[in-house]
Amino acid sequence: MSSQGSGAVFPDSGRIVIVGASLAGLRAAETLRAEGFTGPLTLIGDEPYLPYDRPPLSKAVLTGWVPAEHTTLPRRETLADVEWRLGVAAVGLDLLAKQVRLADGHTVAFDRLLIATGTRARPWPKQAEAELEGVFTLRGRDDAQLLQQRLAAQPRRVLVIGGGFTGSEIASACCELGLPVTVTERGAAPLVGALGGAIAERVALLQRQHGVDLRCQVTVTSLEGDAQGRLRRAHLSDGSSIDTEVAVVALGAMRNTEWLRDSGLAAWTFGVGCDAGCRVFDINAIVTDDVFVAGDVARFPHPLYDYQFLALEHSGNAVEQATVAAHNMVCAPADRRPHVAVPAFWSSQFGVNIKSVGVPSAADEVVITQGELADASFVAAYGKAGQLVAAVAFNQAKWVEFYQRLIEQAAPFPPTMSGAVQPTPRSPVRAAFPDPMVPTYDATVILTGHDPTERRVQWIPRHHAT
Amino acid sequence: MTRAHPHMTPPAAPSGPIHVVVDLNRCQAYAQCCFFAPSVFTLHGEEALWYDPAPDQAQREHVLRAAAACPVQAIVVQWPDGSEPQISRGAV
Repeated sequence: MSSQGSGAVFPDSGRIVIVGASLAGLRAAETLRAEGFTGPLTLIGDEPYLPYDRPPLSKAVLTGWVPAEHTTLPRRETLADVEWRLGVAAVGLDLLAKQVRLADGHTVAFDRLLIATGTRARPWPKQAEAELEGVFTLRGRDDAQLLQQRLAAQPRRVLVIGGGFTGSEIASACCELGLPVTVTERGAAPLVGALGGAIAERVALLQRQHGVDLRCQVTVTSLEGDAQGRLRRAHLSDGSSIDTEVAVVALGAMRNTEWLRDSGLAAWTFGVGCDAGCRVFDINAIVTDDVFVAGDVARFPHPLYDYQFLALEHSGNAVEQATVAAHNMVCAPADRRPHVAVPAFWSSQFGVNIKSVGVPSAADEVVITQGELADASFVAAYGKAGQLVAAVAFNQAKWVEFYQRLIEQAAPFPPTMSGAVQPTPRSPVRAAFPDPMVPTYDATVILTGHDPTERRVQWIPRHHAT
Repeated sequence: MTRAHPHMTPPAAPSGPIHVVVDLNRCQAYAQCCFFAPSVFTLHGEEALWYDPAPDQAQREHVLRAAAACPVQAIVVQWPDGSEPQISRGAV
């Protein structure tokens, strides 16, 4: 795709501000320049670092194979004149004055705004326990460095609270480092919210085969410290306890929308609602002209899933969506593009390369189409109402693109294939996703319904207001 | 059997560290990169690729060959100034 200088109509005298200086913010900035926007461009980030890559933090960085500072993302030369305001969070947005308020009291004016504030790790709910020495979360580079150093000091046991992707990858890193590790998971199996019970059972077996002390349908009720404020024990809901000096809280991510609370935008727990072109809705479901959103913090309607709003926590989506948002920010209205990429992500854990395309949690049935579940080398196809909606590959990356095409074509489920490789005939089984009304910590793809604002609001015309 | 190595057009290489980014959604674990630059790219298990995004400068030649050899072109190498070296994909 060569979009060099193609049709940017937003005037170079206009100021563009991007809130969020991670992957989505960076890719958006690069796209704005590539599209020919040469005007003032500001990136605001709450961390003191230039954009860096997060996926390695729970993998190669934790085992010490890659130093945390190596994750800094390369920046194209076109960003030489960008203003970086790092280490200061945005705390408010005034749409009328077109200003972003910063934590240090400054304001930054914009003509067009991109929201890319992403997510943060959900903290342990009890603050005093969360502050015990030895209790960690993992989201940023600093978190990864601290945890890596602690793991390198050979603790006698590591407790991972939550068996989602991050928790499972951390457990995998512990196993590689030869550390005894316990994983507690509230659901029936690790990754159950992301892959459904049928496949998650295989993940549970995989973890146990690698020596993980896996405790499912169990929660941690309290963390106990010693007199010096160091973690020494965790108490579980089944009445048992685990002696441990290190606990990693991996209870999923929270979207960074608090700073938008009084902005009048459709921003809440599940993210910032936008149209297919990344333009943000206000709380009356009216689309705004000058505010866009991309990355983990966005929720957007997807045609393949009945235009339900999707919220995704994947770096691939951050890149795709940021590119579309940036294009739409500066192009002529008629040249705007929709963000309709099929969601895709990967995870590596316990020697298995997991790749997913589509939205598994939209499915109610699943069938193994290639390979064998028992070998941890297979493709699982997910369907709903006779349509293929997702596929998950364990050590079968080469098939992912094929299934992606089928999903894009709304192919029938179970999938039929022509050619040399025929799937082993099997009957679909229940995908066994948890009740979507019960929150899970590990679903990184969330279907968030059809309501653009997801708030119960009543519109009161200004002249009727008393 | 001899086979022409994928080679790079000699670039006016700026000094300083190089950056590597692999699109892991695209990677299909052909593992060509692991042969050309084994200290930078490694398979974790059968097909999960781990890589050092900021490898030692001594690896630059190997990394460029690895990028050129990737059958699905998932590897992007960038110089410190943000430019991308020209990589010619030899007759492989």
